[in-house]
Amino acid sequence: MATLEIRDLHVSVDTEDGAKEILRGVDLTVKSGETHAIMGPNGSGKSTLAYSIAGHPKYAVTGGSVHLDRVDVLEMSVDERARAGLFLAMQYPVEVPGVSVSNFLRTAKTAIDGEAPKLRTWVKQVNEVMDNLSMDRDFASRNVNEGFSGGEKKRHEIAQLELLNPTFAILDETDSGLDIDALRVVADGVNRFSAQGGRGVLLITHYTRILRYIQPDFVHVFVNGRVAEQGGAELAERLEAEGYDRYSKAGAAS
Amino acid sequence: MADANPHPTGTASRDNVAAAVETGDVVLSHLHPQGSFEPADHAVPTGLEEIWRFTPLKRLRGLHDDATLTGDAYTVQVDADPAVTAGSVGADDPARGSSGYVPADRISARAWAETDRLFSVVIPREAVVDKPTTISLKGLDAEKAGAGHVVITAEPFSRSTVVLDYSGSATWVDNVEIVLGDGAQLTFLSVQDWDDDAVHVTSQHASIGRDAALRHVAVTFGGDLVRFSASCDYTGPGGEIDMLGLYFADAGQHLEHRLFVDHDAPHTRSNVDYKGALQGQGAHTVWIGNILIRKVAEGIETYESNRNLVLTDGARADSVPNLEIETGEIHGAGHASTTGRFDDEQLFYLRSRGIAEDEARRLVVHGFFADIIRKIGIPEVQERLLASVEAELSTTVGLPVAT
Repeated sequence: MATLEIRDLHVSVDTEDGAKEILRGVDLTVKSGETHAIMGPNGSGKSTLAYSIAGHPKYAVTGGSVHLDRVDVLEMSVDERARAGLFLAMQYPVEVPGVSVSNFLRTAKTAIDGEAPKLRTWVKQVNEVMDNLSMDRDFASRNVNEGFSGGEKKRHEIAQLELLNPTFAILDETDSGLDIDALRVVADGVNRFSAQGGRGVLLITHYTRILRYIQPDFVHVFVNGRVAEQGGAELAERLEAEGYDRYSKAGAAS
Repeated sequence: MADANPHPTGTASRDNVAAAVETGDVVLSHLHPQGSFEPADHAVPTGLEEIWRFTPLKRLRGLHDDATLTGDAYTVQVDADPAVTAGSVGADDPARGSSGYVPADRISARAWAETDRLFSVVIPREAVVDKPTTISLKGLDAEKAGAGHVVITAEPFSRSTVVLDYSGSATWVDNVEIVLGDGAQLTFLSVQDWDDDAVHVTSQHASIGRDAALRHVAVTFGGDLVRFSASCDYTGPGGEIDMLGLYFADAGQHLEHRLFVDHDAPHTRSNVDYKGALQGQGAHTVWIGNILIRKVAEGIETYESNRNLVLTDGARADSVPNLEIETGEIHGAGHASTTGRFDDEQLFYLRSRGIAEDEARRLVVHGFFADIIRKIGIPEVQERLLASVEAELSTTVGLPVAT
């Protein structure tokens, strides 16, 4: 069993007015086989958590730790983290002009596995994943994220999740901007990933909608850069009914 | 990355363009060069002139002044299809000057005056030649400056490819004339793959016949200083040119490309697309894209674009598009110029998929050049270009060669 362990994580970003602390001591443990939903209002630091775990240079970790099976993740470079088994599905995937999806996927797979995938099985696998996500086959020859619709970008992220098959997946608002059909397709992909067993999911979302299709084991409410409350799936239902208002009031009072 | 700077003046804004065009006596801009074959008619440049202001004259080894041009330490190799005539001919050959070119600057005029022979390539009328004709000039010594003159004649309705391949060590000036007869189709590549100590000043001029099409490709990787001027005009309506360029400047290199499309016939088309990468201290690229649409050139269409990717600190890219329009009755005209730094978000995205930093950079640079390389459309050349980009990335940024 693998464990992703976040302890007292403090993260700040540079602003015009100097460093601004966004995460103020986050504690979170995700074990393989578990799906955790992180919910919270805009600006609560959810995405910062995701990018900090992935190692985006914009975010400076000023305190605390992140360990993957007792190995210090914060000591690793961005690509080392990915090769260690972490994956971040981004809210705004980046265009890479002139680089085809097929070249990108093959290069990433080779990097993750340490060897090039066998051509025949690889092509079959790519086609199968794309078919499952209702992606046209011509996707492979398009440039990475260039001219993709919002929904296509998210499917492409989930295709990478399935093909690279990490131990822990962090999904940063993968549901945002998706219509109901695309949401189902994407959720099915995440569920296929989880169903293999031994995989952990950290699902970051603003809305409860996607939790109807992906059943979380734990729900954490993020407010003001730390976990304000946690519970099971029933917590999401309460948020659906009540919204985040009472947390922001509590945050303001503290 | 910096934003594109498009100024489309297509059909939608035709009225505005027409209104902006002066119809009275206008002072002719520097886009109406007064050429001369006589070197003495061209003053020794001081560096303040519009056409010289980007070029480091000190590094020209006196080429712009009076350096002798009698160096002959070079070899020429020709690989041509039997249908193509390629060889050295005397200065009295009618090919000389057949493009109508008149030297536009002192170095070009000096090269013209100095050469008593020229290298002539003729693709006969209606010949369709698949095999590229390759002329390889290899310099053996940069000490003594030399001069050359090349004329490529694509006779009417012929179709072929000609590659001019420069390598080795040299101080070299030359004029290259490219003449397309009516309906001819020619792909012409000029590859500046010089050693680090080379200085090369070349003036290329194409004359495009009625309904003829030229794909003119410049590839510049090597040399201490390369000043590459290419111009074209049209001898009849319906002519087309695609000017494609790819350059990669390393520390200390000055690579300058100056393009001039003279739309002097109606219903002609031009498309200029140059891309460059820069890395290392003192790497400097200059791109000047001049387009002139003369009053007679109704119904033309033109677009020019220059994109630069700055990979490291200490490099500088100058990019100056100029569009001069004397008639508003055109189909379309526009330009774009961008110079951007390496995109950290692209790197992060690729690296977050496990791709190591050097490999990620390589992917981004390959991707940046990919569309230009694809447009060149000659497989063996494409492979060589990709290999050259690869070599640039591995030697100077210290990235290991990809396996």
